Amino acid sequence: MAGADGDDSLYPIAVLIDELRNEDVQLRLNSIKKLSTIALALGVERTRTELLPFLTDTIYDEDEVLLALAEQLGNFTMLVGGPEYVHCLLPPLESLATVEETVVRDKAVESLRKISQEHSPVDLEVHFEPLVKRLASGDWFTSRTSACGLFSVCYPRVSSTVKAEIRQHFRTLCSDDTPMVRRAAASKLGEFAKVLELDYVKSDIISLFTALASDEQDSVRLLAVEACVSIASLLPQEDLETLVMPTLRQAAEDKSWRVRYMVADKFSELQKAVGPEITKNDLVPAFQNLLKDCEAEVRSAAAKKVKEFCENLPEDSRETIIMTHILSCVKELVSDTSQHVKSALASVIMGLSTILGKDNTVEHLLPLFLAQLKDECPEVRLNIISNLDCVNEVIGIRQLSQSLLPAIVELAEDAKWRVRLAIIEYMPLLAGQLGVEFFDEKLNTLCMAWLIDHVYAIREAATCNLMKLVEKFGAEWAQNTIVPKVLGMANDPNYLHRMTTLFCINSLSEACGQDITTKHMLPVVLKMSNDQVANVRFNVAKSLQKIGPVLDSNALQTEVKPVLEKLATDTDMDVKYFAQEAIRVLALA
Amino acid sequence: MSSAATTPPSVDKVDGFSRKSVRKAKQKRSQSSSQFRSQGKPIELTPLPLLKDVPASEQPELFLKKLQQCCTVFDFMDTLSDLKMKEYKRSTLNELVDYVTVSRGYLTEQAYPEVVKMVSYNIFRTLPPSDSNEFDPEEDEPTLEASWPHLQLVYEFFIRFLESQEFQPSIAKKYIDQKFVLQLLELFDSEDPRERDYLKTVLHRIYGKFLGLRAFIRKQINNIFLRFVYETEHFNGVAELLEILGSIINGFALPLKAEHKQFLVKVLIPLHTVRSLSLFHAQLAYCIVQFLEKDPALTEPVIRGLLKFWPKTCSQKEVMYLGELEEILDVIEPTQFVKIQEPLFKQISRCVSSPHFQVAERALYYWNNEYIMSLIEENSSVILPIMFASLYRISKEHWNPAIVALVYNVLKAFMEMNSTLFDELTATYKSDRQREKKKEKEREELWKKLGDLELKRGLRSDGIIPT
Repeated sequence: MAGADGDDSLYPIAVLIDELRNEDVQLRLNSIKKLSTIALALGVERTRTELLPFLTDTIYDEDEVLLALAEQLGNFTMLVGGPEYVHCLLPPLESLATVEETVVRDKAVESLRKISQEHSPVDLEVHFEPLVKRLASGDWFTSRTSACGLFSVCYPRVSSTVKAEIRQHFRTLCSDDTPMVRRAAASKLGEFAKVLELDYVKSDIISLFTALASDEQDSVRLLAVEACVSIASLLPQEDLETLVMPTLRQAAEDKSWRVRYMVADKFSELQKAVGPEITKNDLVPAFQNLLKDCEAEVRSAAAKKVKEFCENLPEDSRETIIMTHILSCVKELVSDTSQHVKSALASVIMGLSTILGKDNTVEHLLPLFLAQLKDECPEVRLNIISNLDCVNEVIGIRQLSQSLLPAIVELAEDAKWRVRLAIIEYMPLLAGQLGVEFFDEKLNTLCMAWLIDHVYAIREAATCNLMKLVEKFGAEWAQNTIVPKVLGMANDPNYLHRMTTLFCINSLSEACGQDITTKHMLPVVLKMSNDQVANVRFNVAKSLQKIGPVLDSNALQTEVKPVLEKLATDTDMDVKYFAQEAIRVLALA
Repeated sequence: MSSAATTPPSVDKVDGFSRKSVRKAKQKRSQSSSQFRSQGKPIELTPLPLLKDVPASEQPELFLKKLQQCCTVFDFMDTLSDLKMKEYKRSTLNELVDYVTVSRGYLTEQAYPEVVKMVSYNIFRTLPPSDSNEFDPEEDEPTLEASWPHLQLVYEFFIRFLESQEFQPSIAKKYIDQKFVLQLLELFDSEDPRERDYLKTVLHRIYGKFLGLRAFIRKQINNIFLRFVYETEHFNGVAELLEILGSIINGFALPLKAEHKQFLVKVLIPLHTVRSLSLFHAQLAYCIVQFLEKDPALTEPVIRGLLKFWPKTCSQKEVMYLGELEEILDVIEPTQFVKIQEPLFKQISRCVSSPHFQVAERALYYWNNEYIMSLIEENSSVILPIMFASLYRISKEHWNPAIVALVYNVLKAFMEMNSTLFDELTATYKSDRQREKKKEKEREELWKKLGDLELKRGLRSDGIIPT
């Protein structure tokens, strides 16, 4: 404080406030973002008595400015004098919590939640809780919506009378007549349940949950599904059947696909929350239905959960349940009409092999993998290929390689370059799984062909792919299989291909080591410095800069230096620039 | 929340090189309600005699039977199933449409619940998920409802029923209640424009005939809009609902109730912020102007609202805002104009100097509007100083010659309006710019000092602010 007094005259509040009022929104926004600086200049007392009242009174502004303000105030506790004074921040945040724009309101609530923790229990009852009550009984829906997010932070730290009031407010908001507020309440139901005493969970929360889960609006009902996870995990096993399951069963068969989607999407969480017995009796049939749902959206969401669901089944009956109930549904999804469903399934189906073991995988899953590898949609094939490692562990990849190859070749030549790009990215993984022999025999040609693709992104990815392959198979392999081919392209009539040689050298030199780089690559690079295309020449300069650190000083001085010096006098200014740059970086001057 | 239910974009959709329109063109899409699970069993309806073939006394009874038969709903995604029965239902519905149009004395009290039930069974359904997650209503073809051959007749029948001379709202209100209306409103999200068109007529008739439902309908439309603006940004029927509201607003009694004013300020104005504004802007602007014609005192909050939400990056929207503003200025009262002219012309001055020539051009067109010109002339002493700097600058440096020409005209008009002030501003232009620069420098200085202070204190107390 002592230091602050001396500065007061320097920074009259009027000047600072002028900044916050500047006509230009961008400047106003900048000022608000530096609000802490202003507060610091004013000192804690004047921040409390002058700055905060100003902010509270003039809160009509652009939403962007308000958002910044709401965020700033969450970190203001020290600037108003510490926890003792933190309640001074409540009035401006209360106004911000009532504005229309959702992001502003949410940010204000976030800041309020944050500073609620800095209130002492007494302040919480005297200042914070009354604010929550005011918001909860506000006229316009925005303030009531905001209130929903504040109950759970103050409930654990107030007296039992106040607790009763809070429960009552929450109850009221759950049956608010605007759906926006009911949605907000439903989305906080789980969180609120967690801080309540178990008796009240049973008496209050369950009835609210049941009501929200049968709301007339599907957007409210689907939020109740989310709450179901938290509520179920709070209750003792013996109560679940009567208190939660009727509602959950109803949600899984809701007439709105959005609600069913939500059930599918939360299935693993629900499964864990209700435990193994209920899973066996109730969730298995429910899951089967979701996998057969009439909407592709729901089937996709369920398909994505297949692996996790099976993994979490109780061990004693896992295999039986999968073989008798789940597998038949999965088989149908393989030939689903929607590509989203198939591709969701393809991203997890390989994971089933670890659960079912070798024999079942070979007998039941392998045909499905093979079918998906031949799917018309490239995304499905990609998803299978990207998860090969799971199968490799169980049955070895050889079982698949016959079908794998045509699938890879087809993707490698797909008309869409994004698809080609995706398969390139899996090449190092595949190479690792399939082994060097298979690779040399079948895939090497593909990898080299990508180097002359007509899309730059593919050539770039192909270059990077070569580097990863060398890291995997070693320098000797590189020298025998890929280096000759790469260097051969240096004589290609197409200058883009000649440049690809340089790009490959850039990324391979380190992995190949000094010997190969000096003996085989460097001569080629140096020779290219006479290329007639300037782009090639300046890339020579860039390459030399890149591979310089790998070379020994003798080669640098006797071979690289003269060439760079010559390039530094080139007629093209870019060539000159990059040559000089390389000389500088390699310290050859 | 429904946005959670969209599937991630697939690899081939990300391809930047396939044009959207090309991609979509290959498939003619249609969709059906989300309620059909594969049901397998064929549907059998026993054919009934035609209404005109039975004696008048038996007609009401037969009418009810036919209504009950029409409650059966068919799966139209399966184009091969139940062909005969689908055709039978279609002809029955046609017969019912004709019957309610021409017949007298058919509307017994028992018929009301049966009519509402038949309509509900057919039209109320969960709308399926939208096929494409990046559906662009301006470029993409809408998905059409597969069961339209039946649905259209049901809507047709329901409208004739509501418009029939024998129709008695006092009886019908037992069945056409809040829940019914709520479900009806949800259907406005249908992607099929033909269905939304019918819904518009249906809702309009219900609003007209059921006084007890009016407030409820308005409130629910409110909720739909608020959710649209603040939660989902997705609802297909906004234009249709606004069209209905346009005529509802037209009928508001004066003085306007607080509820209606709140609707204007808290719902209609924020609707301007939505990304897809172009799809319903005409209807929205009409509603706004309706309000202002009812109560000119609302001009100030409306214009301030528009200024608050003025688009920052979307030039296309900016042009729409300028268009709407001109519509408002066309009906503005001079006393209201004075209240709002300063902030308004600050914005117009920014638009005039927009590097996007369509925005600049649209703003400069205001000077072709005689009424606006007369308002500017009356208040030139306030407006000219606000506009001058921008106009002067653009006349020298805008890239588009058409804009420069328009600006010269505007400057000329100002010169004729108030030559003394114009000369004064020209003379001080340079010094004013210098003063601005100086002020800017002072600002920077101030912030620099503040920054130093922060650093100093931060260092002194090891990052903790002294108390």
